[in-house]
Amino acid sequence: MWNKHAKFERHSLWMIIGIVIVVSIGGLVEISPLFYLESTVEEVEGMRPYTPLELEGRDIYVREGCYTCHSQMIRPLRDEVERYGHYSLAAESMYDHPFQWGSKRTGPDLARVGGKYSDSWHKDHLTDPRSVVPESVMPPYAFLRDKDLDYREVQAKLSAMTKVGVPYTQDQIDHAKDDLEAQADPFDSRATALKKRYGAKLAQRDFDGDPNRVTEMDALIAYLQMLGGLVDFRTYRAEAPENQR
Amino acid sequence: MTQLSVQHDEGAPFDVVLLYIFTGVGAFAALLAAAFTEDPLFRFHSYLFLVAFVLAAGVMTAGIGYGKFRSDPTRYSDGVIRAGVIATMFWGVVAMLVGVVIAAQLTWPTIFYFPEAGWLNFGRLRPLHTSGVIFAFGGNALIATSFWVVQRTCRARLGGGVAPWFVFWGYQLFIVLAATGYLAGITQSKEYAEPEWYVDLWLAVVWVAYLLVFLGTIWKRKEPHIYVANWFYLAFIITVAILHIVNNLSLPVDLLHHRSYSVYAGVQDALVQWWYGHNAVGFFLTAGFLGMMYYFVPKRAERPVYSYRLSIVHFWSLIFIYIWAGPHHLHYTALPQWTQTLGATFSIMLWMPSWGGMINGLMTLSGAWDKLRTDPVIRMMVVALAFYGMSTFEGPLMSLREVNALSHYTDWTIGHVHSGALGWVGFISFGAVYCMVPWLWKKDRIYSNTLIEWHFWIATTGILLYIAAMWVSGIMEGLMWREYTPQGFLANSFVETVAAKHIENIIRTVGGLMYLSGTVIMSYNLWRTVRMPGHEALPQGAASLPALAAAQ
Repeated sequence: MWNKHAKFERHSLWMIIGIVIVVSIGGLVEISPLFYLESTVEEVEGMRPYTPLELEGRDIYVREGCYTCHSQMIRPLRDEVERYGHYSLAAESMYDHPFQWGSKRTGPDLARVGGKYSDSWHKDHLTDPRSVVPESVMPPYAFLRDKDLDYREVQAKLSAMTKVGVPYTQDQIDHAKDDLEAQADPFDSRATALKKRYGAKLAQRDFDGDPNRVTEMDALIAYLQMLGGLVDFRTYRAEAPENQR
Repeated sequence: MTQLSVQHDEGAPFDVVLLYIFTGVGAFAALLAAAFTEDPLFRFHSYLFLVAFVLAAGVMTAGIGYGKFRSDPTRYSDGVIRAGVIATMFWGVVAMLVGVVIAAQLTWPTIFYFPEAGWLNFGRLRPLHTSGVIFAFGGNALIATSFWVVQRTCRARLGGGVAPWFVFWGYQLFIVLAATGYLAGITQSKEYAEPEWYVDLWLAVVWVAYLLVFLGTIWKRKEPHIYVANWFYLAFIITVAILHIVNNLSLPVDLLHHRSYSVYAGVQDALVQWWYGHNAVGFFLTAGFLGMMYYFVPKRAERPVYSYRLSIVHFWSLIFIYIWAGPHHLHYTALPQWTQTLGATFSIMLWMPSWGGMINGLMTLSGAWDKLRTDPVIRMMVVALAFYGMSTFEGPLMSLREVNALSHYTDWTIGHVHSGALGWVGFISFGAVYCMVPWLWKKDRIYSNTLIEWHFWIATTGILLYIAAMWVSGIMEGLMWREYTPQGFLANSFVETVAAKHIENIIRTVGGLMYLSGTVIMSYNLWRTVRMPGHEALPQGAASLPALAAAQ
């Protein structure tokens, strides 16, 4: 029997074919069903794509490597549900390209941080974390406050998201810049159109307390403040058979 | 032979001309990209590409002019390996230094964060540390040793003419692009796959060239059998190519913009990422380094590999089972539970083939155990195998759902990774480099055995401090998060668990600093070795084939 292995040792092509077949099986069996099994992602009410401002904020979250210390995935364990809120559903990250579940909690989970703190708390905390949480080991992000948000590409970003499967409408893509500016200004006249496109629930405020311009701080806080608040859990039935996976 | 020399006299070989044209076209493309992009970050990287291509073209112009590219097909190609050893040590020191800095940031945040320099924040330095250690230090060690091993065990010069040099410099360019990108904020946030789309494309090109060089050498071999170390290197190169391409499929916002969005979303993206992430461990940090082990341990111990049959069984079972284990990174998440269960089951099964490798390595020392007393290099490699065995036992344990519920998201995982990375990957690489440097620079020994002893002991103590501190802080924070008061309320706020880890963070920083010191001592020792008077008597092909008897 052991002599049979000589075929692999003497012919590199057999070795290559052998390796490719052997390493492909596991991934095919585990990953490919997730793309066609309908039960992979629950049907919920309330999920919508990110607004342009939130999307830009999310890109800043990614750029700064927030995922290296903060998870966005609450596990269905008693202490986590009590500390952070309802456990995370697959549907809640269905528009996340890429996902931000994280793997480490040097800081707390952020999956439902939206609405837990005020905008000005976030601004103070991001500017100097130890001014509001003395024991914190988080880096300071004061520079976000001073940097204008570069949103020249926001339309292209929405359009790229559409191509990977996020259901933005043509209307939303066309008005991406308007919507972004409107969301950061509570007195903007384009607010009605914005809310028509993304729903009345969205937060439309001057997030960083500086009404004169749209900063990176505006975008990041807008993103943090919407985290975990989209799904309507009054209509979500965890015990329903289709949600038992 | 005569034909070859005639060809040399006529001018530069075809592959050199091809590469020359490639650098010219590349420089032009980079220039256009820099000129037309509106994205400052993309322009910055276009300039980096431009500088690299112009430098390469300049060096090649001079090289062709002076006839430097005439290779001697009767000799092994060792220049690129020497460069690889230098790169390994350089990036090793850099990446470990960044590790010490970020450990210090988590320990003394008021001292090591600079509000005016956001690019030095933890979130940007952490990928620099992980990618630096895995891909810059580990990757260079793997490329250099694989080039050494495949030539000696095939008794053939590296294939592809100038291609090995393209692989080497192309890989360094990848590292520089990735590292500067992280600092500038260019990342797609997939752990251990952070570089953006154009850097991924560049790495794919370099990696395919690497595969072809490796295969080209195997095709030229004068030995009928492919030696076991090469099976592992081959599995590592092929699988990493598959993982890299599938996980990084993404759509750029614009062809002249750095940002791209993954084609996968949410739960599917999570599983693709951890399929990649866990097999970056399985194939980059395990299979590749097992290839290293299968050459350098028998060579240094002057013993044949313990069991040929064990190497067959554990090779195929290791690469088959590893691929399944990724979902254990996603226990209790929104990933369907059947996938989690499969991942955990295969993680437990993985324990056996992992230990197969450890046993095969350790038992190779049968009859040569006395060398542990006298030879710190072999001791280093044996300790590497011991850490490999320890962390491949700890891994299956942590992949159990009940254990994972406690360990996940905590420092325990960080400790686990470091027992593998510092203990196994680091020590087996150091052992291989200590072996290769005298061979490559034609010296009869390393400059100072005492310094190797110092390196060994200071680094081993550093690892133990590091992982012990992380066990304590990880399990402590995991227990504190789920601690309840008698009234049924959560006992600790999150920040109390952060504050509680301060002492462990200090110990971790000290442990990392000790490990870094060991690497610096090693670099000094190697530099002195290279500077020693030559030892010309040693013939180039001195490395006879180890353990071939056992492999047949």
